[in-house]
Amino acid sequence: MMTGSGRTLRNQLSTLVAIILLALFLKWALTNFNGYQIQLLNLVAINAILALSLNFIYGFSGMFSLGHAGFMAVGAYVSALCVLTPEQKEIIWFLEPIFGPFANLHTSFFVSVLLGGLAAALMSFLIALPIMRLGGDYLGIATLGFSEIIRVLMTNLVPFTNGAIGLRGIPPYANIWVNYAWLIGTLYVIRSILKSNFGNVLKSIRDDEIAARTMGIDTTSHRTIAFCLGGFFAGVGGALLGSLITTIEPKMFNFQLTFNILLIVIAGGLGSVTGSVVGSAVITLMLEWLRIVEYPLTVNFSFLGLFQVGPTTIPGIPGMRMVIFALALMFIIIFRRQGLIGAREFSWDAFYGLPSTLKRFYQRRFGRARP
Amino acid sequence: MTVELFIQNVFNALTVGSLYALIAIGYTMVYGILRFINFAHGDIFMAGAYLIFFIAFHLSWPIAAILAIAGSSLLGILVDQTAYRPLRDAPRISALISAIGVSFFLENLALVVFTGLPRPAVQPKWMVDPIVVGGVHILPLTFLVPVVTAVLVLGLLWIVHRTRPGLAMRAISRDIETTRLMGVSIDRIIALTFGLGSALAAAAGIMWAMRYPQIHPFMGVIPGFKAFIAAVVGGIGSIQGAVMGGLLLGTVEVMAVAFNPTLSGYRDAFAFVLLIVILLFLPTGLVGEKIKDKI
Repeated sequence: MMTGSGRTLRNQLSTLVAIILLALFLKWALTNFNGYQIQLLNLVAINAILALSLNFIYGFSGMFSLGHAGFMAVGAYVSALCVLTPEQKEIIWFLEPIFGPFANLHTSFFVSVLLGGLAAALMSFLIALPIMRLGGDYLGIATLGFSEIIRVLMTNLVPFTNGAIGLRGIPPYANIWVNYAWLIGTLYVIRSILKSNFGNVLKSIRDDEIAARTMGIDTTSHRTIAFCLGGFFAGVGGALLGSLITTIEPKMFNFQLTFNILLIVIAGGLGSVTGSVVGSAVITLMLEWLRIVEYPLTVNFSFLGLFQVGPTTIPGIPGMRMVIFALALMFIIIFRRQGLIGAREFSWDAFYGLPSTLKRFYQRRFGRARP
Repeated sequence: MTVELFIQNVFNALTVGSLYALIAIGYTMVYGILRFINFAHGDIFMAGAYLIFFIAFHLSWPIAAILAIAGSSLLGILVDQTAYRPLRDAPRISALISAIGVSFFLENLALVVFTGLPRPAVQPKWMVDPIVVGGVHILPLTFLVPVVTAVLVLGLLWIVHRTRPGLAMRAISRDIETTRLMGVSIDRIIALTFGLGSALAAAAGIMWAMRYPQIHPFMGVIPGFKAFIAAVVGGIGSIQGAVMGGLLLGTVEVMAVAFNPTLSGYRDAFAFVLLIVILLFLPTGLVGEKIKDKI
């Protein structure tokens, strides 16, 4: 039996080892994976950040928010405005001149992502002020409304956003190291908050708002802070996404984007940090893997020369991917509502306790069978 | 603005408002009974427009319209049976997410089956030959839409307030458990609700397609959102409220752009602004009842 402090040290060391292993894997991947696969790894990290932020708002604080795409858009646009060079801006804003002060603004990428996150947090604060007293699905609809308003504004405020054409040529600073560093940072911050008293208060509000208020908790201010924190990380995720794909336009930040992230959160497990990360990996890779249904597939299969299938070509069905994707969401919600992980969390204690847990499990399972 | 133009805009507002109202009724009925937002409702609207497009190739227009409405009605019931019924006892948010899933499924299925190419709507000639009254050009369609809407809404109100299934519907929206104990077949009444709501949405879809003569897989998304907003503005759960909300939203949209054309780029944002204003000052809508939290 280990003492408490010994266990803490072991767990911290294990985390360090895990991070080093991840770094080694990424380094190995950079030399052995092709560009497409590396892009997928990047997307997994960014989607995980976005899913964590939505899970923080919805899964842990109980606020049904459908406005994630709006926060991402704010983060992506602000970050792009900061990181584009003055020369690039002159070329991009050819319809109408850029709003004065932004013309010569130029910051490093890290600062721009931070600013993008802060702008999204500010935006979520402004949104939270009027709507925090709404509950349940009204909150969802109101946030969705704000997200749509943000999108309409982005299309029309040409001096800030270059309108429907969007911004092109954003420098691709969001490489694999940057993305995974932000992911680990996000994980650390969100886990620390959840373990703190503040996190407990949030969960108590989620589970029963009236009871929490009876205990003297100021539910509105707690929820507002949680909403802004979630908004901050959504903005960061949006900024990284913009830099990863180097192009942003208002159309990109539609409801479908929010939906994809919601699916990751639901599939991983509402109210589980582990679930969001696992869900992000599973859903991102599955979405890519599903592309095979959109391309023609040639079947040429023979079994020991006994029978032969093909060679025939099954035609691909463009668009089928999203149909299967939507069905997947419905199947998850109908048959496995708690998601892949449920509300459980990965912990080193459980990890190291696994052998004895398994032993106990088998003893209980098969031990009793003996006469 | 000239008087002629103003009159034309009034008719425009009335038409658009009626269409929003027809869709909004479906949202409000489902919300009144099951307390969740049926996100797939806008896609039933789309299905209605596509069904008449294909049926009208083979049959005359009025028969095609009736068949399209019946088909969409069945689709609405099917959606409820497959995607919502297993979740009756689940948290309401699960049903909402399932509804979002259905919505994406229907849209993308339509994209696969019908392709993304916009199709022309079927327009009988007598509906689109403009009538000129004192310098005002008005399509017969513009008169037809509010009239059809009024007839459908009155029919619906008759069903809800004067028939036994309507009584059951109103009872369920008060208290589902007690109604079950009274021996009402809840699932049948819910299916009826979905059928009626979907039929109205399909009727709106058919008329919408004639007015903006184009059909495409995502045509239901924006009208769906706006109609839902109309339902909230009117007071969700109330049919009269949905009609009022729809007409109000149509008027705001048409008139704001008519009086200030520079705002036309922001047209799609008006509904959401109206929604947020209403939620802040009249959270239960124009005619909604106040619901107190039970502890």
